[in-house]
Amino acid sequence: MNKRSGWALPYFIFLVLFVVLPLLLIVMYALQDGSGHFTLANLGKFFSDRDSLSTFALSIEVAIENTVLCILIGYPAAYILADKRLNRSAVTVVLFILPMWINALMRTLATAELFTMAGVQLGKGTLLFGMCYDYLPFMIYPIYNQLNKMDKSYAEAAQDLGATPAEVFRKVTLPLSMPGVWSGVMMVFMPTVSTFAISEFLTNNKIKLFGTIIQENINNSMWNYGAALSLVMLVIIAITTVLQREEADES
Amino acid sequence: MTPKNPIINIEGLSQFYGDKQVLHDINLYVRKGEFITLLGPSGCGKTTLLRLIAGFLQPTQGRILLDGNDISDVPPYRRPLNTVFQRYALFPHLDVYDNVAFGLKLQKVPEAEIEKRVKKVLKLVSMSDYEDRDVNSLSGGQQQRVAIARALINQPRVLLLDEPLAALDLKMRKDMQIELKEMHKKLGITFIYVTHDQEEALTLSDTIVVMNEGRIQQIGTPIDIYNEPVNAFVADFIGDSNILNGKMFRDRRVAFIKHEFDCVDEGFGENVSVDVVVRPEDIYFTTDPAKCQFTAKVNSCIFKGVHYEMWVDTDTGYELMIQDYDPYPVGSEVMLYIDPDDIQVMKKERRLNSFDARVVAEGRVSFLDTEFECNTEGFAEGDAVRAEVRFDKVDLLDHEEGAALTGNIVAILYKGDHYHLTVKTEDGDHIWVDTNDIWDKGDFVGIRILPEDIKLSIVVSADE
Repeated sequence: MNKRSGWALPYFIFLVLFVVLPLLLIVMYALQDGSGHFTLANLGKFFSDRDSLSTFALSIEVAIENTVLCILIGYPAAYILADKRLNRSAVTVVLFILPMWINALMRTLATAELFTMAGVQLGKGTLLFGMCYDYLPFMIYPIYNQLNKMDKSYAEAAQDLGATPAEVFRKVTLPLSMPGVWSGVMMVFMPTVSTFAISEFLTNNKIKLFGTIIQENINNSMWNYGAALSLVMLVIIAITTVLQREEADES
Repeated sequence: MTPKNPIINIEGLSQFYGDKQVLHDINLYVRKGEFITLLGPSGCGKTTLLRLIAGFLQPTQGRILLDGNDISDVPPYRRPLNTVFQRYALFPHLDVYDNVAFGLKLQKVPEAEIEKRVKKVLKLVSMSDYEDRDVNSLSGGQQQRVAIARALINQPRVLLLDEPLAALDLKMRKDMQIELKEMHKKLGITFIYVTHDQEEALTLSDTIVVMNEGRIQQIGTPIDIYNEPVNAFVADFIGDSNILNGKMFRDRRVAFIKHEFDCVDEGFGENVSVDVVVRPEDIYFTTDPAKCQFTAKVNSCIFKGVHYEMWVDTDTGYELMIQDYDPYPVGSEVMLYIDPDDIQVMKKERRLNSFDARVVAEGRVSFLDTEFECNTEGFAEGDAVRAEVRFDKVDLLDHEEGAALTGNIVAILYKGDHYHLTVKTEDGDHIWVDTNDIWDKGDFVGIRILPEDIKLSIVVSADE
């Protein structure tokens, strides 16, 4: 055996303690009733409970809306940042990334405060605003990175072959920047599905998301049902990851 | 001089990047169907010139005419020119077929015709069976062929090639050279080719444009450029050569390496300093004392495949390179001669370092933004003067202490018994230095000039 593989030991222990073990616990709890007997009742309860299902559907809907919103705002922003003619300084890029340095909870609380002060009715609109505000940098940065490292001779070659600037964008720049968009989608979509703090503060708990009901169940010591809900979410995350991989491989 | 209908005519083109001028007043025409090569070392402006023609840059001054029409303001996508890029720039998200069809699809050519033309052009570049291949799975040479096919399918008026073979290995490069030449002959399209490889330029071109530091040095056929370089730069850049200081006594009589020779050059005047170029294959060995012009001792002899390359020390203390099919043993005394035809005499580009200067105080002048001590007798403070320093009076130091200026060595020319260096200061000014010391290109040097070596003279201004 290679001596150096010993160096991996601390990481291995870390992985077991903080990743594998918790995951196993989630699966275990999800498949047990309160007294520790094997059961599928927890999962069955989720799939037969209309409220849970509609909350789940709403979460997915909100996550999709937020992701689309982030792409619509983030892509042009990343494009402008990556264009040397439009943006000459690295400072502007930092300014866009800067909000990430402040705790998301603080930003959300401040946003909620601002809405209250301005007399804006808290609801889905404010929820989407808050989510978009929180996750936008995660969309901008991967796209910016992708555009920035793109060889500009591709765009020149397309122009040389007769493509107008609009055609250059549609046929070359956009397809070549898709890997950046996909990793942006990953970084925005999945955390939005499981978020609960933003919906709590920015809708005054009027809108409940999937993350919220998991949190409520765990808080109320309903560990088994909470674990089952978490398991459902893990499956969703796994599916999106696989889909994203396939998309990335294609482009 | 300009022919009746040049396909491309470049008039008074200058290009600046910020304050830096990268092209100086370029005038050039390209005939229809010609294979023209822009040749020069990196940073000479050849790629900038190509990008200006392609339309990726706007000229700061001057204009570019295509078939007599000014295209300086026409965007690249409306110019009937296509480019083969240095690193090919094949679209990684498209396969070979879609890469090649890219231009035609933009023009909304019917699908059936696109297919016909893609097949035809892929056949031309011998890539027929590769249509569905991913471009990243192709070798460098294959990518090169696809890039050429993609540019040719639009039937451009002129094909621009930016060092297209630079990334290929030697064998592949030689093969592609032949293929490019054949393609050019077959298609009759005008080729403008950029390279820093003189051999490639000599092999491929109908016309070579030699460039250095943003200026055209010489335009001519490969044979003209090789046999009759106009200056030491061109002689040194194209092929191997012995470049020597000489003196023209009168027409057809020149002295160099402290010997006198007959030559065929005229019109330089009498007793004029010149540069002399003798190609290493043009110095002949002889056993006939009557033919012998000078003797030398063989210093080294290396087999180079076809010929032997020998360095000899002449009886007058100069080192010359000779190429011959027969080797001569190291240490042997040999008799040598040069045919008058093979001596190329060139006007000297410069004899002295000459600077615009100003007397700043008694015993001090300023030039190149630096103050120097020197004898200012006969001049008053504030006088504009010309300061001249002989090439061999500039000292180069390998450190900054005691140096008035610093710079980098940008060019080295061996002149048989000394090196002629071009030093570029940090402000971009040039100082030329003759030295016996060995330096390398790119070396950072300190420059020192002793007070007694600076000669001042009056500047005669126009209104006086």
